[in-house]
Amino acid sequence: MIEGFTALYIFMLAAFTGYEVISRVPVILHTPLMSGSNFVHGIVLVGAMIALGHAESTVEQLVGFVGVILAAGNAVGGYVVTERMLDMFKSSKGGAK
Amino acid sequence: MPVIEAVYFAAALLFILGLRKMSSPVTARGGIVWAGVGMVIATLVTFLTPNMHNFVLIILAIAIGSTLAWVTAKRVAMTDMPQMIALYNGMGGGAAAAIAAVELSKISQGTISVDLIVQILAIVGALIGSVAFSGSFIAFAKLQGWMKKTLRYPNQQLINLVLFVVLVLLGLVNLVIPNPYLVIIFFVLAIVFGVLMTLPIGGADMPVVISLFNALTGLAVGFEGFVIGNAAMIIAGTVVGASGTLLTQLMAKAMNRSLTNVLFKSFGDTGTTSGAEE
Repeated sequence: MIEGFTALYIFMLAAFTGYEVISRVPVILHTPLMSGSNFVHGIVLVGAMIALGHAESTVEQLVGFVGVILAAGNAVGGYVVTERMLDMFKSSKGGAK
Repeated sequence: MPVIEAVYFAAALLFILGLRKMSSPVTARGGIVWAGVGMVIATLVTFLTPNMHNFVLIILAIAIGSTLAWVTAKRVAMTDMPQMIALYNGMGGGAAAAIAAVELSKISQGTISVDLIVQILAIVGALIGSVAFSGSFIAFAKLQGWMKKTLRYPNQQLINLVLFVVLVLLGLVNLVIPNPYLVIIFFVLAIVFGVLMTLPIGGADMPVVISLFNALTGLAVGFEGFVIGNAAMIIAGTVVGASGTLLTQLMAKAMNRSLTNVLFKSFGDTGTTSGAEE
């Protein structure tokens, strides 16, 4: 378990990291990067798995089950879409060279 | 278990490096692979979490969700990509809301007792996740052409404001007296709020709005990471929340619009400018 101020430090540093890491992105990469970060928050799958794994009542199991389906969809769909977008990007770039 | 923590650490590092690579044209293709490796190892190691049960349900749900997403993502035409991002982003928001629902249900029944701050984060994450969930689906429906009209009615902005205030009050009441029924009403209203907030925004502005919902989902994932006590979720969610906010601003700037303009402009005017866009 992560304690109060440690959590706050993680939050602050992660927020600055997120801001800095994409601060010099060219316009052409806006949409692929949006898709890529959409994939990264697919990590919600881990939380959904833990929530379902610790669910006790039937209602909790049902909600957790739906949660894992949605999260898996986020992760897999996000990956495939981003990969297809960047693939196209690479081939057009390669053709130009 | 130290193994689990070490793998989550590696995954968080891979996500950040992956995003870094994705923000440059030369290395972008490798970036998504790095992030993908991080996702796979994080998912696999989660099965080792102590005191887990319902393994059959977990594997079944992952199989269903992955298959559906895989098939739809492979089939969709290249021009339809933005609405697919909206769809998958909405699913992520829904998942964050589902985690919050399970935890809030446990809290309201007294199964687990948590700090006040964790309870607040669970509720805020639930609100943001639900809004991103329903809002993204509206954005998807609009771009997909299922919803052609831009719905506007009198006092739209006021109704949304009232709804938001009601949501905040409900959340506060639930902090003091946790109640399962209150939680259900809260989620229903939050989903309605996401719908009402997105309905008046025109199709041309949707990419910016999707980017905003993407950032919101990231934030919700980060908050639920605190609730679950999972550092990988906190880091990945917060990084996406921050980078998504910046990206939203950059995208709005590239369209020569400000973010407030995109979100609230359509409320006030009678549709002359947005009529020209559509």
